Amino acid sequence: MTAINITPPLTKEDVMKLKAGDEILLNGTIYVARDAAHKRLLSNLDNGEDFPIDLKNEIIFYAGPTPPKPGQVIGSIAPTTAARMDPYTPPMFEYGVKGVIGKGPRGENVKEACKEHSAICFSAIGGLSALLGERVKSAEVIAYDDLGPEAIRKLEVENFPVLVVYDAHGGDLYEQEIAKYKKA
Amino acid sequence: MLTKSHDNIKVDHKIESCETFKHSCERLIKKIESYILNNNNVVKHKQGQFETFFNDFITVVSISHRKVDLLFMRNIHVDKITETVAISCWEACYYLPEDILNGFQEAAKTEESPLGKSILNQLIENAELAAVENRPYCHDTGLTVVFAEVGQDVHIEGGDFYEAVQNGIRKGYKEGYLRNSIVGDPLLRKNTNDNTPGVVHTKLVPGDKIKFTVLPKGGGSENMSAMKFLLPGEGVEGVKKFVIDTIEAAGGKACPPIVVGVGIGGSFDKVTEIAKEAILREVGSHHDEPHIAELEKELLDDINKTGIGPQGLGGSNTALWVSIETHGCHITALPVAVNIQCHAARKKSVVI
Repeated sequence: MTAINITPPLTKEDVMKLKAGDEILLNGTIYVARDAAHKRLLSNLDNGEDFPIDLKNEIIFYAGPTPPKPGQVIGSIAPTTAARMDPYTPPMFEYGVKGVIGKGPRGENVKEACKEHSAICFSAIGGLSALLGERVKSAEVIAYDDLGPEAIRKLEVENFPVLVVYDAHGGDLYEQEIAKYKKA
Repeated sequence: MLTKSHDNIKVDHKIESCETFKHSCERLIKKIESYILNNNNVVKHKQGQFETFFNDFITVVSISHRKVDLLFMRNIHVDKITETVAISCWEACYYLPEDILNGFQEAAKTEESPLGKSILNQLIENAELAAVENRPYCHDTGLTVVFAEVGQDVHIEGGDFYEAVQNGIRKGYKEGYLRNSIVGDPLLRKNTNDNTPGVVHTKLVPGDKIKFTVLPKGGGSENMSAMKFLLPGEGVEGVKKFVIDTIEAAGGKACPPIVVGVGIGGSFDKVTEIAKEAILREVGSHHDEPHIAELEKELLDDINKTGIGPQGLGGSNTALWVSIETHGCHITALPVAVNIQCHAARKKSVVI
């Protein structure tokens, strides 16, 4: 299968074209945020405040990199378990985030939110951290510096490989593929 | 004659262990004993302890009632412990063990899913890149679990053993550019920024060495581990069901292909400890007891029939290996623990 090139931000039309199983190469800007950053972002929303950065139509990468060695842009990086973000993802999609990158299956609430808000769950390979680190061309902490490895980072990536695992039409790559190889 | 000088000990061969040192001292013991016999009054005056150091080996000479006791122990300074743990931390994170890499290669050969095969090949490529570039294979450089098998003839000098291990973690994570993934208080959740505290298991063993095994344990797979008290009557079938249920619940969250450590028996605490020890066993190596080895094979088969596959994206290789450790248990109990290890199955052992 030929990989589809995507450069965020995503439009609703972009999202609707994608199907579970599509191989994607991401180019351009994505934002790193995980547990602690989500908790803080959503408390902003609850208080009627804006996010410290505009994440509308953007892609969020659930990750926490290792520190860069001298001369490196970033250390090793790959997605963390996405299901931990299940409570946060629907409100983030409702706010306007169009895609998230994690690893592993999500809850029903997230699958529903993909359909309701026209958004995508991507997966990168968990633990493929040395290889994925090389696809990151620049990295800077742009919010919540005090959270250390959990701070919000802005990454510029080049040919960053991800798969569509949950699409906006109810497609579920995990369910679909596991069923093919399950032996009674 | 009884001084702290090394001159009293004539060494006729290389000293490598307490045993050979003991041998070298036999002449010294005879000399001291004859000294006691011939100088009764002087010995009474000099009763007490005398220390002789030779290389790493310490001899405590205690003299009383005309008897000479020599204690043979090997001195290990805490700085050596700190240094060993530090190096092991980053070596474990950069270089995936050979048995795991072989496991990936075998799995890639048999994998039925094209996507699964592609994932396995990318993991092999990732391991090669990490090793060549000396960078972490996985960004989650884990909670540091350190197993120390301490020889009972070892004397630790210069400070506190556990502090030395924690200092090693601190040093290893800083100098190795590893991620600090530990919060000090589990509820207040503030990062300690040096990856301490690690979890340290100590075991006393015969000998005069310390074997350290550093296991940087990733959060994703650890979170999906489980423990349960089964009814004794549930037996082997009950154990199998609990293991499969745990693996199915974990699915792609545990970052397969996984290594599964199973503990059966013992107490509430022991069963989880032996499950963790089980994940340290080499991929390809079975339990000595034939019925346990058989159960390991059956479980591996059953796990790979779930279809979960590499990364939970479908396939015939969910687990690379299943290792079981057992312990005797109470007549009322059949405790089982399943410790899941993700594909970043890092471990580094060093003997000092």
